[in-house]
Amino acid sequence: MKDIKIHVNDLSLYYGEKKALKEISMQIPANKVTALIGPSGCGKSTFLRCINRMNDLIPSVRITGEMLVEGIDIYDKNVDVVNIRKKIGMVFQKSNPFPKSIYENIAYGPKINGLKDKTQLDEIVEVSLRQAAIWDEVKDRLGDSALGLSGGQQQRLCIARTLAVSPDIILMDEPASALDPISTSKIEELVHQLKEQYTIIIVTHNMQQAARTSDHTAFFYMGELIEMGKTNTIFTKPLQKQTEDYITGRFG
Amino acid sequence: MNSQFPVNPSFTKESLKKQFRLSEFLAEKIISSVAFLSIAIIFLIFIFVFKESLPLFSFGSDAKAKTEIQGTAKPESYGGTTTEELKPESYGSEPVSNADLKPETYGSDPVSTEDLKPETYGDVKAETPETTATETPEAVSENNEGADKTWSTFFTTEWVPVSENPRFGLIGLLIGTLKVTVIAMLIAGPLAILAALYTSCFASKRAKEIIKPIIEMLAAFPSVVIGFFALMVLATFFQSIFGYESRLNAFIGGVAMALAAIPIIYTISEDALSAVPKTFTEASLALGASKWQTAFFVTLPAATPGIFAALLLGVGRVFGETMIALMATGNAALLSSNPFESVRTFAATIGSEMAETVFGETHYSVLFFIGSLLFIFSFALNAVAEFYVKGKLIKKFQGK
Ligand SMILES: Nc1ncnc2c1ncn2[C@@H]1O[C@H](COP(=O)(O)OP(=O)(O)O)[C@@H](O)[C@H]1O
Ligand SMILES: [Mg+2]
Repeated sequence: MKDIKIHVNDLSLYYGEKKALKEISMQIPANKVTALIGPSGCGKSTFLRCINRMNDLIPSVRITGEMLVEGIDIYDKNVDVVNIRKKIGMVFQKSNPFPKSIYENIAYGPKINGLKDKTQLDEIVEVSLRQAAIWDEVKDRLGDSALGLSGGQQQRLCIARTLAVSPDIILMDEPASALDPISTSKIEELVHQLKEQYTIIIVTHNMQQAARTSDHTAFFYMGELIEMGKTNTIFTKPLQKQTEDYITGRFG
Repeated sequence: MNSQFPVNPSFTKESLKKQFRLSEFLAEKIISSVAFLSIAIIFLIFIFVFKESLPLFSFGSDAKAKTEIQGTAKPESYGGTTTEELKPESYGSEPVSNADLKPETYGSDPVSTEDLKPETYGDVKAETPETTATETPEAVSENNEGADKTWSTFFTTEWVPVSENPRFGLIGLLIGTLKVTVIAMLIAGPLAILAALYTSCFASKRAKEIIKPIIEMLAAFPSVVIGFFALMVLATFFQSIFGYESRLNAFIGGVAMALAAIPIIYTISEDALSAVPKTFTEASLALGASKWQTAFFVTLPAATPGIFAALLLGVGRVFGETMIALMATGNAALLSSNPFESVRTFAATIGSEMAETVFGETHYSVLFFIGSLLFIFSFALNAVAEFYVKGKLIKKFQGK
């Protein structure tokens, strides 16, 4: 199947003794937006961080099962985690631009990949900022500190920074949860545009956001994947009772 | 719904009345007075050190002064040997005619008379005028030459404080101090910062828990022990490698002082590096940067203000280090660019010569003047470290 980007087979994750993900199996389609929903603490972030191996940073984590990206198990011993993360970018819940200039924030990724040519860097910076729909706001102050931007701008800058290393997959962990409604809608619009070129997986606790932005939705509960399907189906006639309870706001 | 918590209905003026809490009041007062006291002590130390060097600043006293002194003049008398028309308010002014002597004048020292107040400075000399006068005749005469002459020798390179014609060339000492400082910092800076970077970015939690306290323990080493180690072990060891002439030299002193400075630089840098938010590291790693790229291009730059402060404090430590300098640098005020020549530092000069100077003479004042310089320098270093870091950190993490 060409249009499935990620196959997850029986993936379980333990924080020490605690099993935080329980035998997750799912397929994530390419060039689509997949939303992960569920009550807080159900393992959405944990699952998302499995996809680019950010959980490697936590010493107590142990993972079993398979995570196949384009058919390659990213947890295989021969796979270099650095290369994985170049292909699978991540946008965090709390915007985290570097304490550097706006320009340097975007140029950082290409630079560590060995790109030195100034004109090429300039081009990447502009293209990335345009893609993230923030170019017009910052083009006159690329040399200013990125920390002087507003929260919404910072988050779009972080998206631009991720785009600058040209990944295939973009993971977003509640990217708009700390933002005002206007910034939120900008981010949603952005997600919508980006899916032409990228496979996007977005965690959200906002039902409307999931409904608006995503093509597919996966519902997590207590570390288990309860149900996954077309967003339309999940929100109108879910198969599971728990899913229905959650999206109608009866718990969580 | 019945609350099981009893509601206190007496929400009256009485229940809200301001209360006087004695223990809190006392604690607050004690804390603030102790704090004030320590600040005051620091000031007093500086004033004392500076005060002792003040005769150097009494310009205008000329050579004529010394000729006017009688044999009874106390050489050590506190700058008070200038007998002529000095204004009474100027420091060290000494109206010989005791009639116009103002008792409150600082350091006024009426030599000729018996109405000397016992509490005045230099009154001790009254008991042994002959001995002191004979002991250091040159120094006495030199002292009376006036400050101008002394000052003019400051900018020479020769440090010959005790002779017929003493010269207080600070340049040689300054160069020596700088040489040792530079050598020490060239060694200590990179080592300490790399060690800090390792512990905060690469080492496992367990390794960090072991390494950090060990390096910090070095800070508690008495410097005399480090000096001894340098003297006995390092000097011989490095001599066998580099084959230099003088066993004790700027390089050995620098190495030993690096040992003293490393814990300071390390501790503060490590704190600065650990304080860099984890989110920066995560962002960098998520972009496909390797661990060391993240450490060098994200964590280290984000921690520069703190590391800069650490280096400044390290410089301060080395600059003022006395015991190691005394033991390991050779203590010869030679002027050369060779790092393997002996040098003499400011602090070591004070440490070795203070005990041999005569109270109140020029040499004594010069040593205190050097002390003031050290004080001002380290104060400035600390102030810069403090304010620079505060300002920069705020800028960095709040994006002003
Ligand atoms: N670093 C960690 N160490 C131990 N347990 C963790 C860690 N991170 C998350 N957990 C636990 O794993 C579960 C899932 O967390 P998370 O993935 O953050 O949930 P979500 O993002 O859906 O709110 C929670 O019970 C949480 O307490
Ligand atoms: Mg989460």
